[in-house]
Amino acid sequence: MDATILGLLLLDGVQNGVVYGLLALAMVLVFAVTRVILVPIGELMMFAPLSFVWLQGGKLPGTLWLALALGALWALLERGRGRGLPLAGGAGLLLLFLLARGNPALAYLAALLLVVYLGVATYRVFFQPMREATVLALLIMAVGLHVAYQGLGLVFFGPEQYRPDPLLQGEATVGLTWQGVLVLAFALLSAAALYLFFRRSLFGKALLAAAENRLGARLCGIRPEEAGMVAFAIAGLMAALSGLLLAPLINAAYFMGFMLGLKAFVAAILGGLVSYPVAFLGAVLVGLFESFTSFYASAYKEALVFLLLVPALFYQSLRAKGVEE
Amino acid sequence: MSLLAVRDLTVRYGALEAVRGVSFALEEGEALALIGPNGAGKTSVLRGILGLARTEGEVRLGRKPLPQRTPEALLQRGVVLVPEGRALFPGLSVEDNLLLGGFSRFRRGEALEADLRRVYALFPRLEERRRQLAGTLSGGEQQMLAIGRALMARPRLLFLDEPSLGLAPLVVQEIFRTLAALKGEGMTLLLVEQNARMALSLADRAVVLEAGEVALSGRAEELKANPRVVEAYLGAARGVEG
Repeated sequence: MDATILGLLLLDGVQNGVVYGLLALAMVLVFAVTRVILVPIGELMMFAPLSFVWLQGGKLPGTLWLALALGALWALLERGRGRGLPLAGGAGLLLLFLLARGNPALAYLAALLLVVYLGVATYRVFFQPMREATVLALLIMAVGLHVAYQGLGLVFFGPEQYRPDPLLQGEATVGLTWQGVLVLAFALLSAAALYLFFRRSLFGKALLAAAENRLGARLCGIRPEEAGMVAFAIAGLMAALSGLLLAPLINAAYFMGFMLGLKAFVAAILGGLVSYPVAFLGAVLVGLFESFTSFYASAYKEALVFLLLVPALFYQSLRAKGVEE
Repeated sequence: MSLLAVRDLTVRYGALEAVRGVSFALEEGEALALIGPNGAGKTSVLRGILGLARTEGEVRLGRKPLPQRTPEALLQRGVVLVPEGRALFPGLSVEDNLLLGGFSRFRRGEALEADLRRVYALFPRLEERRRQLAGTLSGGEQQMLAIGRALMARPRLLFLDEPSLGLAPLVVQEIFRTLAALKGEGMTLLLVEQNARMALSLADRAVVLEAGEVALSGRAEELKANPRVVEAYLGAARGVEG
């Protein structure tokens, strides 16, 4: 291997790794606040670029109807003033989609907001009613939603792959497109923004508080269901932006979410589902590992990535305290 | 007009009836102690009032009944609980814990600076440790932090669940001195305590719960002189509490 190939592999690894990192951060956040392991984050991510492609082609994507249906259920579950958010959000989303057909800038925004709305509605409709359930029951729901959303992705968008136009054309240097630079910059900015949100703003701290002690949070007037909705909204935003930025580099298709979500999950597990910095660094490690294994043994690329789970799980099991069931 | 009136409160956990037909009232500016042995249902009364357990019976706050009882709704009406076990945020700093105590007011756009200074004046030790993580505090400091966090919400009525539990006698005295000072400022207190001696020295009135029902109630001085209370709670407490 010469220096050029090494550089390319490093770049490729970091570029994918930071995206896994964002998804892993979102997973850790959602788990901390709601105890949900957000398996369908990959699907939320996949919905964004595909909805964008559909809008750009002047068509309304099926994800819009899914979001509106879940939004209607969400409104039914709420009482009184709580209905304002799902109803206004749904109406706004529909209007935005009607305006965004064929308009790339608006379509970008519409795809983004769709996934945020869908993420929050998913929490409110599927997870919030079972908030007292065990982590296992929540995980089963999450896996079920992953399968369902992936299937719906196939129904809505078909089996083809799409490559939306990148926001920035051309290459910065050999092997690094400007779009890649954008992905890197976005990932670092998001990580910094999340850090500032949790360290500097009382709203961010309230979210951490809801994750640390639910009773204590309620006694302070931090409603856990609100905290859950904010966590899912942040996760949806991260997933949608990552998906939109990444799709021009790796193609968007209904199955893209599965592998990306699983790799983010590996990274989140490396951090024990509790540590944000370890999860992010773990994700970069996963990206690098993947990029080098695909060079040396491309047939086993995915398998080798999941091999990383073994030492991580072993470490976690050594560290784990006994739990009485 | 009582500030808080509880009538015929029954609290259930599944099939288990933890509290049966408990009634009491609390006047503005008064301190009421719920005392009784372990498992008598004292904490369940608090949990029931706050809507954290399934209840029957009526709870009135001032003139208005409380149709929907949740900790959040009661917080809006100025009722704050300092729970048993304190329910702090161990991974956040002392100051963040305090600020979050005022979160509902912060959300309404109110400033928290003055309240923070007031809590620090009340508990200077918290100011010394303001940057420290709450999880690293001693038990007594954590209890101070829990009370301080509750005060950040500017409660009219403060519920305290076993504030002396697991603390050294000197620390307990310090906590109760602070509670007496708060009472002196006109705050209404509802205190659940196993340490009947400390509770009766602070409270104006007390309700003795046994097996989920009111066994005795009256003015604190009268109860202190009641032979049954002396025998069951003060006599036995002497050996344990020193």
